[in-house]
Amino acid sequence: MVVARTLYDKLWDEHVVRVEPDGTALLYIDRHLVHEVTSPQAFEGLRVAGRKPWRAGSVVATADHNTPTRGWERGLDGVADATSRAQISALDANIRAFGAAAYFPFLDRRQGIVHVVGPEQGATLPGMTLVCGDSHTSTHGALGALAFGIGTSEVEHVLATQTLLARKSKNMLVRVEGAFGPGVGTKDLALALIGRIGTAGGTGYTIEFAGAAIRDASIEARMTLCNMAIEAGARAGLVAVDERTLEYVRGRPMAPRGPDWQLALEHWKTLHSDPGALYDRLVQMDAAGIEPQVSWGTSPEMVVAIGGAVPDPETESDPVRRLGIERALQYMGLRPRTPIEAIAIDKVFIGSCTNSRIEDLRAAARILQGRHVADSVKLAMVVPGSGLVKAQAQTEGLDRIFVQAGFEWREPGCSMCLGMNEDHLEPGERCASTSNRNFEGRQGPGGRTHLVSPVMAAAAAVAGRFVDVRKLLS
Amino acid sequence: MQAFTRHQGLVVPLDRPNVDTDQIIPKQFLKSIRRTGFGVNLFDEWRYLDRGEPGQDPVQRVPNPDFVLNQPRYRGASVLLARRNFGCGSSREHAPWAIAEFGLRAVVAPSFADIFYNNCFKNGILPVVLEESVVEALFQAVAAQPGYQLVIDLAEQLVVLADGSAQHFEVDAFRKQCLLHGWDDIGLTLRHADEIRDFEALRLRRFPWLARDLSA
Repeated sequence: MVVARTLYDKLWDEHVVRVEPDGTALLYIDRHLVHEVTSPQAFEGLRVAGRKPWRAGSVVATADHNTPTRGWERGLDGVADATSRAQISALDANIRAFGAAAYFPFLDRRQGIVHVVGPEQGATLPGMTLVCGDSHTSTHGALGALAFGIGTSEVEHVLATQTLLARKSKNMLVRVEGAFGPGVGTKDLALALIGRIGTAGGTGYTIEFAGAAIRDASIEARMTLCNMAIEAGARAGLVAVDERTLEYVRGRPMAPRGPDWQLALEHWKTLHSDPGALYDRLVQMDAAGIEPQVSWGTSPEMVVAIGGAVPDPETESDPVRRLGIERALQYMGLRPRTPIEAIAIDKVFIGSCTNSRIEDLRAAARILQGRHVADSVKLAMVVPGSGLVKAQAQTEGLDRIFVQAGFEWREPGCSMCLGMNEDHLEPGERCASTSNRNFEGRQGPGGRTHLVSPVMAAAAAVAGRFVDVRKLLS
Repeated sequence: MQAFTRHQGLVVPLDRPNVDTDQIIPKQFLKSIRRTGFGVNLFDEWRYLDRGEPGQDPVQRVPNPDFVLNQPRYRGASVLLARRNFGCGSSREHAPWAIAEFGLRAVVAPSFADIFYNNCFKNGILPVVLEESVVEALFQAVAAQPGYQLVIDLAEQLVVLADGSAQHFEVDAFRKQCLLHGWDDIGLTLRHADEIRDFEALRLRRFPWLARDLSA
């Protein structure tokens, strides 16, 4: 009898080169995405050891973490910080020396956030193993690829050997039935899930997302969800390949064509979990019951629905968790039991590998059409995920909607998700952000981040505080 | 890589759950293209009262006297005692680089985030998972007894407490061997280069589009 396998089991089995007696496997890596921050020490390691990349044709590279979102007309000189400039230049030099299948350098019209560029270019394909020195590599699982973030030593290992030493994780199924209500989407689902299972709830697992709400979700919406799998502790998120996946991939610059396309389809259509496949853990959710979410603390699990309030640590019985809540409230400058809708904001950031794709920008623009950012908001900015997303948005006139509403329309990159470039919060500033992490200091030392969806960020910009975006839907 | 066999050292407690890698080493220090120089900025935003920027003279910084690593009784500590989900967030290996350079050889916690846990083994740091109740007892013991030390024996997979009792911990056999000997992963893997080449040849023949580049 053939054993029923999960999608993760299939992807894993297909890539195992060999297995050590303790279960440590050598996993073949099909695609290696590279960016400027976690790669220089890996290339240097190759150089010192006199090694070459095993298969440079597996590498797709772009500069994103450190690049400025303004002043591109000044070229590399527009990168004010000398160490940032050196890091961007180091990537140029390393790709020149070691090679790549494709490179989208700073200022290239296709440059952008590595997790936006990969799928956009067809560099991410179903059935691949894909790694990148960035934890949000889980994003690519939305296309039925086994994708996860690795450290710099592992970047060097993959460059040198085309493999990764890995142990198989457990299988978790998050089944989401029903349909999202208006103004609610996969960002809210991701936050609600993390609120439920915690930021360590998925540790040691690969999470497969399935159910009617996932089948009905666009590929971009699935990327938002898989992107946040790591915030639940899971290194990888997955969604089975279906017609939407194939439709998304078809015709992308690096996607197979002609006879290869037919060959690929045969394989890709097997990339789903078998009926009866067993999971180590099952989490069921109802999309219709999910409301717009807002994080209130310094961990993505510190989240509530928009109608809720900041918690009271007095009601928490676990002492470690109580201390965590107290510290978070102190850092965030919030009092217990404050209604979320009473929290005023200073800045708004729409962007990041979680929410900077064209659908995210369209959704935010629909809320902002004919409205304006509140006077109390010091800065509202949109940072498209890539140059191609930016160009598409401009073709559709979305940039004009944002600018007329009082948003700044910037160049692509990671920007204020992690504040490595000059886009960051000042101490004490409070931000409605479509990014993925509300850690202390993440968006700038002393900065206070509230994670929301693009439409909730747009609504907050208009109101100057968090509001239920559903009140703004016509 | 520095091998880890048996280590005895002073324990410093970091009493917070979900310590993320942004805390361990803030992003402004990630612009470096080197593997060294991060130890002085370990836990920068907690450790100093002034704002940390790359290239500062450490002598000019203003230490936060309330932060545990700055307290005289924990000077020279080499074992970090932490709470659950330590090392969550970003995959930055700068976090274990900073920890190692600061002089910490082991981190003891009830649980770790996966990528950080993995990165530790690549840098000669031993992450030790112990039961939450044991970790809680250790926090109390460290607070009560100045100079509290632990012995961590990787070969025996034991943490020996100050009272002489021992706690077993789990570690994968392969990782254990690599760390005990300080082996370089890449060198080990390349011993299987022929297997990788055969596997790859079959795979690229079956799925030729995997080898396409943008110009194809």
